Amino acid sequence: MEVKPDKVLDVKGLYCPMPAVKTSMQLEKMKSGQVIEVITTDLASRRDLPKWAEETGNKLLKIEIGNEENTTSYIYIQKK
Amino acid sequence: MVDKKDKFTAIVFSGDLDKVLASFVLATSAASMGMETTMFFTFWGLNVLKKNPPLIKGKGFMEKALSFMNRGGAKRLPLSNLNMAGGGRLMMKKMMKQKNVQSIEEFIELAKQLNIKLVACELSMHVMGIKREDLLDEVNDVVGAVSYLSEAKEGKVNLFIA
Repeated sequence: MEVKPDKVLDVKGLYCPMPAVKTSMQLEKMKSGQVIEVITTDLASRRDLPKWAEETGNKLLKIEIGNEENTTSYIYIQKK
Repeated sequence: MVDKKDKFTAIVFSGDLDKVLASFVLATSAASMGMETTMFFTFWGLNVLKKNPPLIKGKGFMEKALSFMNRGGAKRLPLSNLNMAGGGRLMMKKMMKQKNVQSIEEFIELAKQLNIKLVACELSMHVMGIKREDLLDEVNDVVGAVSYLSEAKEGKVNLFIA
């Protein structure tokens, strides 16, 4: 599924709680329906960000994961 | 899904760097999820909210002695374990910086950006001779247990961090 993000948030190298916190702050500045792509190297965020989307009523569109050694996740969330 | 009325409260009783850090991680995460978040600082937790500490303050010998030995300030919080007279704390702060983890001072700023309420406990301030002027401007209010409890009774998550 091809998703075109309206904003890319690179939080590589940042750990809990920053990926979720920065995502929430960035999404607040965006319009309803817009899509954010969060790039994170934090493994916990691979679990936390989808949960965050569910808890806040935003829509998780997809998660792409880097290869085995690569801990990078690309998480696409659409603002409600 | 988080309801607009879901509240998060934390009583920060400890003034230790590691425990205070954990408190801020939880509070900022709660705020990022849309929970109305309050942190209530009491006893040693008040050290987090002290301004760049003056050396000796307070009326009478005991208050002055306490303020000297318990200078506080977010930059000077000891580790709860392996503090090694400050050596452990220095190493922990260094490791946090190397790994891009915010310091306590940075977390306080982040907390304000996320509209987290930082409140101070009146009783412990009174006992230890700490005045409102000794605390950061970022502190929202000085309250008692009843104010805390009226928030906590609506709290989906209420923590006591000792």
